[in-house]
Amino acid sequence: MILESKAPEGPLAQRWDAHKFNVKLVNPANKRKYDIIVVGTGLAGASAAATLAELGYNVKAFTYHDSPRRAHSIAAQGGINAAKNYQNDGDSIHRLFYDTIKGGDYRAREANVYRLAQVSVDIIDQCVAQGVPFAREYGGLLANRSFGGAQVSRTFYARGQTGQQLLLGAYSALQRQIAYGKVKMYARHEMLDVVTIDGRARGIVTRNLITGAIDSHSAHAVLLCTGGYGNVFYLSTNAKNSNVTAAWRAHKRGALMANPCFTQIHPTCIPVSGDYQSKLTLMSESLRNDGRVWVPKAKGDKRRPSDIPEDERDYFLERKYPAFGNLVPRDVASRNAKQACDEGRGVGSTGLAVYLDFADAIKRDSLERVSQKYGNLFEMYEKITGENPYQQPMRIYPAVHYTMGGLWVDYNLMTTVPGLYALGEANFSDHGANRLGASALMQGLADGYFVVPYTIGDYLARIPLAPVPTTHPAFKEIEADVQARTEKLLAIKGTRTVDDFHKALGHLMWDYCGMSRSEEGLRHAKAEISKLRAEFWRDVRVTGEAAELNQTLEKAGRVADFLELGELMVDDALDRNESCGGHFREEYQTEEGEALRDDDNFAYVAAWEYRGDNQPEVLHKEELVFENVKLTQRSYK
Amino acid sequence: MAGSGTSAPLDLTLRVWRQKNRNADGRLAEYPLKSISPDMSFLEMLDVLNEQLIRGGDEPVVFDHDCREGICGSCNLFINGRAHGPESGTTTCQLHMRKFKTGDTITVEPWRAGSFPINKDLSVDRSAFDRIIQAGGYVSINTGGAPDGNEIPVPKSIADRAFEAATCIGCGACVAACPNSSAMLFTSAKVAQLALLPQGQVERKTRVENMVAQMDIEGFGACSNIGSCAAECPVGISLENIAILNREFISAKATSDNIG
Repeated sequence: MILESKAPEGPLAQRWDAHKFNVKLVNPANKRKYDIIVVGTGLAGASAAATLAELGYNVKAFTYHDSPRRAHSIAAQGGINAAKNYQNDGDSIHRLFYDTIKGGDYRAREANVYRLAQVSVDIIDQCVAQGVPFAREYGGLLANRSFGGAQVSRTFYARGQTGQQLLLGAYSALQRQIAYGKVKMYARHEMLDVVTIDGRARGIVTRNLITGAIDSHSAHAVLLCTGGYGNVFYLSTNAKNSNVTAAWRAHKRGALMANPCFTQIHPTCIPVSGDYQSKLTLMSESLRNDGRVWVPKAKGDKRRPSDIPEDERDYFLERKYPAFGNLVPRDVASRNAKQACDEGRGVGSTGLAVYLDFADAIKRDSLERVSQKYGNLFEMYEKITGENPYQQPMRIYPAVHYTMGGLWVDYNLMTTVPGLYALGEANFSDHGANRLGASALMQGLADGYFVVPYTIGDYLARIPLAPVPTTHPAFKEIEADVQARTEKLLAIKGTRTVDDFHKALGHLMWDYCGMSRSEEGLRHAKAEISKLRAEFWRDVRVTGEAAELNQTLEKAGRVADFLELGELMVDDALDRNESCGGHFREEYQTEEGEALRDDDNFAYVAAWEYRGDNQPEVLHKEELVFENVKLTQRSYK
Repeated sequence: MAGSGTSAPLDLTLRVWRQKNRNADGRLAEYPLKSISPDMSFLEMLDVLNEQLIRGGDEPVVFDHDCREGICGSCNLFINGRAHGPESGTTTCQLHMRKFKTGDTITVEPWRAGSFPINKDLSVDRSAFDRIIQAGGYVSINTGGAPDGNEIPVPKSIADRAFEAATCIGCGACVAACPNSSAMLFTSAKVAQLALLPQGQVERKTRVENMVAQMDIEGFGACSNIGSCAAECPVGISLENIAILNREFISAKATSDNIG
């Protein structure tokens, strides 16, 4: 298989315009004859569904939530980047492109990233027009802040709830199209497989989560906007229901999975407090602007933080990275926290936490000033932990937050299955090996509002117009597959719960394929995951019936897919004999312990092809060509 | 306190609403629960109950939840007679067990409202809220033609008030808390957000008329200014929004150019 990126040639700044001119258009009168399925209604899905319906296509949108407004995009706190340069501080499309490529440690495709930076400016205009209440200055213009160590202020925000406001904007556009009858909404429906006919994606098979009914839905194209797979780690900042099933089913039907081991670990989350812990809560990155990260100098120092004198504290980020201090990028901050805890210097009852201390900021700026900036975050922290961060330092620890890997897509966002697209976090395309803060919202909306509405026409205009009925044998065959799988899960009647298996998988992934990875650890994890998967299919207990609302059954299907994905992530991490971005291989580091990239041998996208159950997946490489940036080693010393 | 291990674990009795499906009769089932950590969230406590039920061969309790950080609006439990439980300004997922004492009996029910039929156990159907938004909770612009984001300045005070209204998470606590099962707080939050902003002006009158009409079609009750909606709202949506809606509605009806 040859991976054709279909990225246009020519001067970088003109590629998207040239491509838009070169793609085929669908005649306006014909658009109503095409059906498009959109799975997932987060930022990417809701924006794509609404925009395609506005263009005249018939859209069927699916979500497993009770309402499209619940998608996990809603939880994004910080903001959305856009190269508006409203602050007159030297930002530009090229600078946002450059920062994103460099931040991704040079493992993303130049043309895609440049296009992302280009359309970022249109996203802000669109959202403002929808009535998204962005933060504003006293003069009435839009406010910006610098985010995640960026040198320019290009982040637009709505207090700490930017994801919520952007999602509700896209949701309202989607609701408008539902009211017009151009989108048919299927809430509480979970996609369980994709149907291909003559090599093209022609529909999906879903389970109605209320009745348990298995149904087929036919279309001319299928868009997967189903988010990331961070919950393979069991504990992550993802919502509890976030899962890989839609993407993984597509993978098993021929869509390649790219860079699955690229996972982002966010340094400032509330640490685990016990084994009942069900998810982790992120504390905004902005806290590192004023908080100082430290651990005791001595191992096993169990004194209260206030009893540890200044000269017995190790402000390790300030010590090791004097230029950036507490503001080093996410991966560097996370790895150093882990290292301090591995050395036995972690704090709290579990020893898996470091302090984030605001005492100096309060002394310098006053309690009131600190409260103005971070009041809501402090309140949230106190609600969850019962501790008051004005009086004692916060305890934080890194947690899985985002997955840069995902379904491989070309410049048109099409996977290796014709007619099957992947948008937003579900694809691999724009963030390389590490995503910058405030860029996830940007990418989700870019894909949905401004990329796929153009590129999908080029595909549709070339395929036969005739619809395929869901009575086609291909649909019946997949429905039977889905049914059989459901029955198989219910028939095991074993002794261990689904959560039990999920937690065991999460531990393996976190310990061996998390913040730091080694060949030995990865090989161990691979064997263990394989054993765990076998045990799952032998001993899992799924209660209830197929034909009813059955959350245990839903979870079991998702965990079964995570158990397969986990092994592929390990394979991918084993293949990549370098360290880059969120992927840190212990064997490949500089003398100072920093990530050591190998551009000569690993400047490629690793795209994996499924070849059947218990068969090794086959690696395909898309070589990355950098014509517009010079590859440099990141340094934050 | 989390991580400090100073609080003793709790022994509790749970009384949980069990109902097989929309048409079945429901009942409160009683479950003893031992050694619950005060650091658990309420939903983590229910996770523990469910693991216990599954191991014992019983069906776990169905409840809606997702983000578990108070923003998605999925979780919706009526705990000891209060929407989202005893702590003000808090969703069920952010309620922690340290708010309870050992020996407590805790009654957990779904939202009770005719317009929110029960799916199973504690899960209800809130699609009526989506249909209220479909009636007009948007600005009718297509993707692509928007003017520059800074073309229309919006006073900061107005933007901030619109934001406050826009933070509604659509959980339905307002309806559950209201003796009339009114959806006024939910509807008014969206009406107020768009009535305040310049972008919402073009459809200002038809929006409020259509959204209120849909609210009635869905069978939500009338507002009689009791205020329990705002008191129980986990994100602090203000009662002022209902005053804005009433003003918008009357002025729309009095001057309507919504002919036909």
